[in-house]
Amino acid sequence: MSSTTVETSAAAGGGRPPKASRRVRRRGENSLAGSLASHGVLIVASLIALFPIAWLVYLSLGPDKDDYLHPGGIWGKMTFANYAFVVEHTEFFNWLKSSLVVTLGTTAIGVLIAATTGYAVSRMRFPGYKKFMWVLLVTQMFPVAVLMVPMYQILSDLQLIDNYLGLILVYCTTVIPYSAWLLKGYFDTIPFEIDEAGRVDGLTPFGTFFRLILPLAKPGLAVAAFYNFLTAFSEVAFASTFMLSDDKYTLAVGLQSFVSEHDAQRNLMAATAVLIAIPAAVFFYLVQKNLVTGLTAGGTKG
Amino acid sequence: MTVAIDRATGKRRGDREPGPGRAGRLRRGYQKHWYAYAMIAPVAVVLGVLVLYPLVYGLYLTLTDANSLNTARTIGVNHIDATYKFIGLDNYADILWGPTAYDRFWSHFLWTIVWTAACVALHYGIGLGLALLLNQKLRGRTFYRLILVLPWAVPTFVTVFGWRFMLADGGVINSALDFLHVPSPLWLEDTFWQRFAAIMVNTWCGVPFMMISLLGGLQAIDASLYEAAEMDGASAWQRFRFVTLPGLRSVSSTVVLLGVIWTFNQFAVIFLLFGNTAPDAQILVTWAYYLGFGQQPRDFAQSAAYGILLLAILIVFTSFYRRWLNRNEQQLAI
Repeated sequence: MSSTTVETSAAAGGGRPPKASRRVRRRGENSLAGSLASHGVLIVASLIALFPIAWLVYLSLGPDKDDYLHPGGIWGKMTFANYAFVVEHTEFFNWLKSSLVVTLGTTAIGVLIAATTGYAVSRMRFPGYKKFMWVLLVTQMFPVAVLMVPMYQILSDLQLIDNYLGLILVYCTTVIPYSAWLLKGYFDTIPFEIDEAGRVDGLTPFGTFFRLILPLAKPGLAVAAFYNFLTAFSEVAFASTFMLSDDKYTLAVGLQSFVSEHDAQRNLMAATAVLIAIPAAVFFYLVQKNLVTGLTAGGTKG
Repeated sequence: MTVAIDRATGKRRGDREPGPGRAGRLRRGYQKHWYAYAMIAPVAVVLGVLVLYPLVYGLYLTLTDANSLNTARTIGVNHIDATYKFIGLDNYADILWGPTAYDRFWSHFLWTIVWTAACVALHYGIGLGLALLLNQKLRGRTFYRLILVLPWAVPTFVTVFGWRFMLADGGVINSALDFLHVPSPLWLEDTFWQRFAAIMVNTWCGVPFMMISLLGGLQAIDASLYEAAEMDGASAWQRFRFVTLPGLRSVSSTVVLLGVIWTFNQFAVIFLLFGNTAPDAQILVTWAYYLGFGQQPRDFAQSAAYGILLLAILIVFTSFYRRWLNRNEQQLAI
């Protein structure tokens, strides 16, 4: 699955950087100061990128709820007690379950539906094509407030408030147009000769799509899936409005509810935040190479 | 990506003989397009049911005085029917030039524009700078890249909590400022510093996406162009100005547009950073949310009207942006 992506990126990497590197190295050798300055800027930027997260991890180890105000004291009394408390005495696992149900549901539905569309807009120019692309773009612009009020009304009519399915449907609206864009970008990179070969062998466009293109597009589908997953996982506005009972909160809402419910126990909040952030970040790093390829596949070609 | 579309069409035309006349081509086209329509049907249905219908419904709500006290609701076993009534364009009139229009709409509007412009400029500027640095042959650049992507890797709702700890009065930032004998601002209470903090946090969250996208764009620029430029005696600045920037055009125009749309609608950062405590730092999106869901009674009609206005602003902006790109003979890459 990932081999194709690795190949393409490796191919791209093998094709260009040697030339580029020869050029830049020549330039780089001229100024040691320049390369020192580059390192300096990058180190400062890395520290800025790292610090808030590192700080959160550090605070999560302090046993007292006001430790964040005098962090020096944490060093001597670091403990994992906060984590133990969060895991044992809060709704953490319920929130995790809700998050997983909602995100996985959104991911599956979103990718399935977006795939055929991505293919159609990649390969076929049909009347209304431009308008359709414009609609997909405009759907990207919907501020939460436009849809939230009517959706709240509609979902409550359908009794889908406080219901996983309701939230999944809502997320599909934001996730599907962008997935279709991403997948179009990926389908564009698959040679058109394959479609032609399929047609010569007597396959309908559907047959070509399902038998030939879809298997080849697995990395692209993975990218869209990751994107959907990450979007649904971090969404706050809809989740905090449409999920009412606290055992159905997603992690994003659960973390928010912590301040009031646990009497501003910042140490527990920090621990929960880290418990959420670490798997999310690990997951992200596993997929980020693919994610980047997918994001730039369309953009860099023009 | 437009190029790719044209290529796709070219291929498609190439593999089938073009029809003899316009009518023939249309007829053939129809048979062919049947597949295309069938393939986009699922998305069209989903968008129609889940976006278009709510949008129309929302539009209707903006023409009423609906709030949480007069809409249909069920309390226990009693179902209460909706009693809101049609009031035409009054909501829009009230928002745009009603008695306190400036305090409610225009001040937030101005701040939203400043917020969007500042954030996108910072995202793009810093992202481009870092991408250029990472695109050099540099020891450890993969390592730097991995670290710099971190703000993107951690969900926003987690990092914003981290920032709240840091910005709190007595938090690490103010402690550091105290230590340096610099006056420490009330980040989460004073309007100016709230806005400053919001831009800072959003910049921190948004730079990785720009950086990675632009890095992808930089790597796609043909290295021989640089060699040719160098051969012609172009300075580093000239190479940047005449090779790098034009090479990045299509990526830039796309990420800037997406950046504007996403920043304009950025809900999580401001909502999570301040909750309801910062009325003057709310951008239009969070303000609209506050009207519809953050207060009692919930003002559904006004909230939806804000939403429609926001959407209109973005659509107008995008249309002009696209026309401007076309005039400069650039195409939107998405």
